[in-house]
Amino acid sequence: MLAWTVYISFLGVLVLMLLPKTAVREARAIGFASALGGLLVALLGFIEFKAGEILTISKCPWVPSLGIEYHLAADGVSLTLVLLTGLAAVGGILFSWNIEHRVKEFFAFYLALIGGVYGVFLSFDLFLLFVFYEIAIVPKYFIIAIWGSTRKEYGAMKLALYSFVGSAMVLIGLIAAYVVSGGHSMNVLELAQYPFPRDFQMWAFPLVFVGFAILAGMWPFHTWAPTGHVAAPTAASMLLAGVVMKLGAYGCLRVAMTLFPEGLEAWKTWVAVLAVIGIVYGAMVALVQKDFKFVIGYSSVSHMGFVLLGLVTLNTIGLSGAVLQMFSHGIIAGLLFAVVGRMVYERAHTRELSVLEGMNLVKAMPFAAVTFVIAGAASMGLPGFSGFVAELQVLIGAWKTFPTLAVITGVGIVIGVAYTLRAMQKAFFGEVEVKPTNVCDEHHHEMDAISVPERLGAAMLIGVSLVIGLYPRLLLDVIVPSFDSPLFEWLKRGGSQ
Amino acid sequence: MSELPILTIITLLPLVSGIIIAGLGEQKKLARGLALASSFLSLALVLVLWRSFNVASGELQFVEKHEWIPTLGVNYFVAVDGLGLLMVLLTALVTPMATLAMWRVEKSASLFFALVLFLQAGLFGTFTALNFFHWFIFWELSLIPAFFLVRLWGGAQRAPAATQFFVYTMVGSVAMLLAFLAIFLATKTDSAPGVFDFPQLAAMAHDGSLNVALQDKLGWRLLGMEFTAHQMTMLIFGGVLLGFAVKVPLMPFHTWLPATYAEAPSGVTMLLTGVMSKMGVYGFLRILLPIFPEQMQWLRTPLLGLAVITIVFSACAAFAQRDLKRILAYSSINHLGYCLLAVFAVAKFSGNDAALDTEKSAALNGVFLQMFNHGLTAATLFWFVALIEQRSGGLRSLNDFGGLRKVAPIFCGLMGIALFSSLGLPGLNGFVGEFLIFKGVFPLATCSAAFSVIGLLVTAIFILTILQRVFNGPLNEKWRGFPDLTLGEQALLSVPIVLMFALGLNPQILLGVIGNTAVQMVERLKF
Repeated sequence: MLAWTVYISFLGVLVLMLLPKTAVREARAIGFASALGGLLVALLGFIEFKAGEILTISKCPWVPSLGIEYHLAADGVSLTLVLLTGLAAVGGILFSWNIEHRVKEFFAFYLALIGGVYGVFLSFDLFLLFVFYEIAIVPKYFIIAIWGSTRKEYGAMKLALYSFVGSAMVLIGLIAAYVVSGGHSMNVLELAQYPFPRDFQMWAFPLVFVGFAILAGMWPFHTWAPTGHVAAPTAASMLLAGVVMKLGAYGCLRVAMTLFPEGLEAWKTWVAVLAVIGIVYGAMVALVQKDFKFVIGYSSVSHMGFVLLGLVTLNTIGLSGAVLQMFSHGIIAGLLFAVVGRMVYERAHTRELSVLEGMNLVKAMPFAAVTFVIAGAASMGLPGFSGFVAELQVLIGAWKTFPTLAVITGVGIVIGVAYTLRAMQKAFFGEVEVKPTNVCDEHHHEMDAISVPERLGAAMLIGVSLVIGLYPRLLLDVIVPSFDSPLFEWLKRGGSQ
Repeated sequence: MSELPILTIITLLPLVSGIIIAGLGEQKKLARGLALASSFLSLALVLVLWRSFNVASGELQFVEKHEWIPTLGVNYFVAVDGLGLLMVLLTALVTPMATLAMWRVEKSASLFFALVLFLQAGLFGTFTALNFFHWFIFWELSLIPAFFLVRLWGGAQRAPAATQFFVYTMVGSVAMLLAFLAIFLATKTDSAPGVFDFPQLAAMAHDGSLNVALQDKLGWRLLGMEFTAHQMTMLIFGGVLLGFAVKVPLMPFHTWLPATYAEAPSGVTMLLTGVMSKMGVYGFLRILLPIFPEQMQWLRTPLLGLAVITIVFSACAAFAQRDLKRILAYSSINHLGYCLLAVFAVAKFSGNDAALDTEKSAALNGVFLQMFNHGLTAATLFWFVALIEQRSGGLRSLNDFGGLRKVAPIFCGLMGIALFSSLGLPGLNGFVGEFLIFKGVFPLATCSAAFSVIGLLVTAIFILTILQRVFNGPLNEKWRGFPDLTLGEQALLSVPIVLMFALGLNPQILLGVIGNTAVQMVERLKF
């Protein structure tokens, strides 16, 4: 049934393409209905899922001569991310309700992106996974290039180039693995059992891992992320940070780490070091940004560092922390981008923190201020929100494997508090005296009230973060048992539990 | 034991009423009325709790324990012993006082009172939670309302003060978090994922298994050097210590405090100094002392030294200040320094000598009392400062006043009583705690106690200076029209003043409840 998440999205694309250009409201409704449908299917699948199983959704030959199958399946990890995609998709549409320019195309690209993402998370055949991965890249480019702002062509091109370089690396690695393993199958379950030679793993692992990690924003390959996030329209930044970066992290876990455990063992320290540099560096750069959206963009780099660090701790607790952090960051980053891109930028028409400082936005848009305070608290990793449980587990895992790095990460957390507070103070609680003739002052009168879809979206995302923060068992009970499946045998072989 | 989950109700009540009040928007009168009603209801509930507390036992009571996140060893675990109960009572007492002191707040009143109630909920949670995860939620969440109360309603320099306050506390919290994660990892067994429950950790420390676990399971190589087991445990202890030392604060981690207390509106400072500062001392008593007795003993000399420095220097700094709020802020550091002095002195001896047991429980009783009394007295003093600010239009420097006794005799009299209570005059509440602390500390750590007496002397000087410069001397003509306390204000302020006398003359009211807890704590310290 979960396959319908993919089908509904692409069905939405088809219907949208058939619509006349003028049918703006219908396009919006179809986009929303399709995203909501996906979310409901994901939720149903989540409820029916039995913890610990690998649920085969559909499996039929596709290119029999090459052993390629159309194989959709899900375990606890992919299911968590499918649920995240559903939530982020609905959230994104709620926050792009006011799109006026080429509406039907926007939603068509949007749904195609969503469909591709669902596909990646559900593919258990690596060829199929790669196809969906590529499908997700193309609409991203167009969404940013057409509907973006602030150097949108540059941002879109940079994003696309980085993505393509990454996927080229992945492709080489996958083909090599396919050939080395005898060319019978691309099924991840079978390849996971194949003992690749050590020498091969030593170069294939970094190739595939970095290929995926580029999309996860691993330092020093992260530079596409801030520019891309900033250039993208709100809904796209929400998806980029919310789910597309997770595609990369998911690929690292599902492909690179599963297939090449020995390579992982050899390279893990390097990955951990890069991850921690990402955490601290991203936070430090976020601390000095002038553009509000860049702050959030770099904070994403910092938070994704936690995901990568959790992945290479190679113990259950760190790994479940990494998956939880993927989910949590998807929700929180989405919310932050919604506040900055939709609520603030489209009303104040600027994202310069120094200009916003003079506007005293807490008066002009209290709802946005409250939302940002809550989202900021969640992003700082304050307990009670999902980010805390996730980062807590990552840190426990890291303490076990890399104690020094765990302590350095602590510094990153403190800087994280500092940049969030700084952005919050400047953007919403600024108190620079504004002269009556100042241009900024006129904006006060123009600012529309926060609309109902925005309120709904914010409430949904905050609610999810709180629920998971206070009762993480909802997800952990699904994530943790899946580490016992044959796909995670390397975890036990690694020695530490 | 009562069937009702009364501790949960006490914590949730301000949270729920805070949410309702936040939704009231512009209905200021309703908002503050509801806030006051809610804080009085809390007080009533806590008094019920106080009545049904079994004073004959020093054990944890009103226990509620449920599984929360089993994979992380996280339980929903609340209970109070004498110490927890005392702190809950203090919170319940100071919140309505602060609400009344800020009665006339104009700017977004409903939000203000909602934040005050959220802060109260955070404090209740901190003083009752006994599982690290659960406790840490409240410990951190009480920061957010406090931050905004300072940030939005504070004085001219409020923005840097609030940020400094938040970031300093967060540095401590992160260090503490990392340390607890290490403990969690080390206590992992086949049957449990690790231990976060405070009483269980304390029991493990008591029978020595915690140290063994910490030394066996944790290894850390840094730059090619292997940390020894001893260094490792000290490091973990240091992390937790930093978290609490910033909060109390222990010098040299105090620099956030004067700015924050001075910039916060006085009603908020009442909560900050009255209750929030006790979170740190509470942490020392509930977490550091039971879980890390050996490490504390090992570090006793530097720690005692820091406590003495905190006591003496903060008293001298208070003497050098001119701003009333800053004087009282440093005086707060000074008073809590005595608590830390006693805690460190108690940690110094772990022998089984029965005579020392008496001294130790005297010192601990003193700490408990001092926490409560300082909370009451400091909150009252800041209330008076709030009234002075209201009348003087924000002026509060020592040099701005003079001779107020002539125009406002009742004001002068009542504030004088509160000042003398702060000074530790016998017959008032401040005396009992300090007396018990010194009674306990002298035999345990004679030298430190002797040096700390300097702090007492300087305190006397700066308190008398306040009286002298503000109330005595020639009347500053500017204040000829300085209004005395109104009848209503007199009625409200007489409540804490009466309490000061009552607790000073009959300290048994509190001692009866906390006595057995102190004995129990001393008993558990032996290892």
